[in-house]
Amino acid sequence: MAATGSARAPDRGPGDRLGGLFWRHPNLLLCLLLALPLLWLGVVYLGSLAALLLQSFYSIDEFSGVVVREFTLKTYAELFRAQNLDIILRTVAMATAVTAACAVIGFPVAYFAARYARGAWKAAFYLAVLLPLWSSYLVKVYAWKLILAKEGIVTWAAEGTGTSAILTAILSIPVIGGNSLSTSFIGTWIVFVYVWLPFMILPMQAALERVPVSMLEASADLGATPGQTFRTVILPLALPGVIAGSIFTFSLTLGDYIIPQIIGTSARFIGLAVYQLQGTAGNVPLAAAFAVVPIVIMLIYLAIARRQGAFDAL
Amino acid sequence: MTAAVEFLNVSRHFGTIRAVDGVDLAIAEGSFFAMLGPSGSGKTTCLRLISGFERPTGGAIRIFGEDMGEVPPNRRNVNTVFQDYALFPHMNVRDNVAYGLMVKGVPRARRHARAEELLALVKLEGYGDRRPGQLSGGQRQRVALARALVNEPRVLLLDEPLGALDLKLREAMQDELKALQQRLGITFVFVTHDQGEALSMADRVAVFAQGKVAQVGPPEEIYGRPRTRFVADFVGSSNVLPPELTARLGGPARWSSLRPEALRLVPPASAVLAGQVAALRYLGAGTRVTVRAGAAELAVLLPAGAALPAAGETVGLGFAAGALHVMDEA
Repeated sequence: MAATGSARAPDRGPGDRLGGLFWRHPNLLLCLLLALPLLWLGVVYLGSLAALLLQSFYSIDEFSGVVVREFTLKTYAELFRAQNLDIILRTVAMATAVTAACAVIGFPVAYFAARYARGAWKAAFYLAVLLPLWSSYLVKVYAWKLILAKEGIVTWAAEGTGTSAILTAILSIPVIGGNSLSTSFIGTWIVFVYVWLPFMILPMQAALERVPVSMLEASADLGATPGQTFRTVILPLALPGVIAGSIFTFSLTLGDYIIPQIIGTSARFIGLAVYQLQGTAGNVPLAAAFAVVPIVIMLIYLAIARRQGAFDAL
Repeated sequence: MTAAVEFLNVSRHFGTIRAVDGVDLAIAEGSFFAMLGPSGSGKTTCLRLISGFERPTGGAIRIFGEDMGEVPPNRRNVNTVFQDYALFPHMNVRDNVAYGLMVKGVPRARRHARAEELLALVKLEGYGDRRPGQLSGGQRQRVALARALVNEPRVLLLDEPLGALDLKLREAMQDELKALQQRLGITFVFVTHDQGEALSMADRVAVFAQGKVAQVGPPEEIYGRPRTRFVADFVGSSNVLPPELTARLGGPARWSSLRPEALRLVPPASAVLAGQVAALRYLGAGTRVTVRAGAAELAVLLPAGAALPAAGETVGLGFAAGALHVMDEA
């Protein structure tokens, strides 16, 4: 029997006709989809970034405190003054330590989630990792202040378990130690690690999930010990995820100005310096120059990671 | 002579699922051994028991007489060609092939030279600098083969290695694998669900069904004298005849098998069995005719050039004495 009727289904209204238009002009749909995000990214985001960059090339008149709108590298030179250089080095050291700790702590969690967690365990993993992100950042930081304070939970637990000596020994380490955990660099570091850890775990888990089990088996099959498999197969294949995670933890630490204010010594970090310079001090050019520092550091970091082949497995 | 691989009443249960259930096997050194079966029959699990990625829940596995119970995969002198090849995407082809030597600490120059030799063996000279992602499926398969051979294993395990290749390439690789095995003289254990592949390549075939070995033997025996209905049905599309029909064709009242190519069409008057032509299927090298005789349907394979009946025509079926194979088991 031959089929009857038209080869063309009836038109189902304006939505259908619009769909047809997009089918005939695929680029039109793409332009419409991208218009708003491009406007946002291009004008609002990149525009303000350019304005920031511009500000950093101005300088401030030392006597009147007025911004001189003339191109100069004087403000950048100021970054290299001992006190400012200290701030930069302190911040970079902290960001490095936080990133390293997040990677070491996060890896086993990410590996477990990617390799072994199934069904309900997987849901529990996502919940456990993401739950801390749902509560207020300030609440978490103040909670940590209570935990780490001199009369806080850690001290109490140390006394209860008879490990006060260990706590005292840790706090007596020069530079990073202090009167109590909540007033030392160690405390700042602990809180940074806690707050940014999810940003390290999730990209690592995504990267590890894409490594097929057969690849690990192939490595063992060819005679590699578990340690060799880790170094030569798992780590290189997970590296893009580790780099992605470290971009988060590194840049978030570089820019944060709240945690060092609440927990730690009175020593300043880049974020705090920017906050104070553009606020009370009114030195917007120097604040802008400080704000450029994390951007430059991240660019250098990515260039090194790329040269080391971190993105080869992508 | 000790067998290359020996299964002694080996079981591998996953909870209540008996993936491998009381398997006894002996794989002779230097042979090309095929494990044939449908998916879920336990053949791949058996291969993984040899490589050490699974541990038996019962029984013992011996490789060259040595019990492998406590030996992890990286210390077994067997290597595997994986179904998905499992090439390392972050290494070039040369480093992939040399991997087995690298983890043993062989110096770079030596292992690279050896990798080049193996690439030549699988006809991939000059491909060392490429990434696995830049190769075709057939080329990746060869790299996986070269990589598995670099440690000079005494047993090479192949897990459906040709499954992802298209027909033409698969046939070419079948010939090459067979030639390679004969040249190297090492034991190949080959898992496949393709009965044609198993019959054409292997010296011995083990047919798996539901975690057990249904039959082991040379290909001619597996094909010509299947022990069970399952083997007869799975290996080639044989006509499996119930006891009554066997008796009508002059055999004992037992299950039997009759190969489609052993049947021929004869005038209905003189035949022991007659029926109507239900369907004809042109296969190129021949034509498959389905004949309905009462409740039974029998397939007849006519060679190209033979006179073809019309659909619905009544035909008689004849076969040479001895073509009717009576099976041991139901």
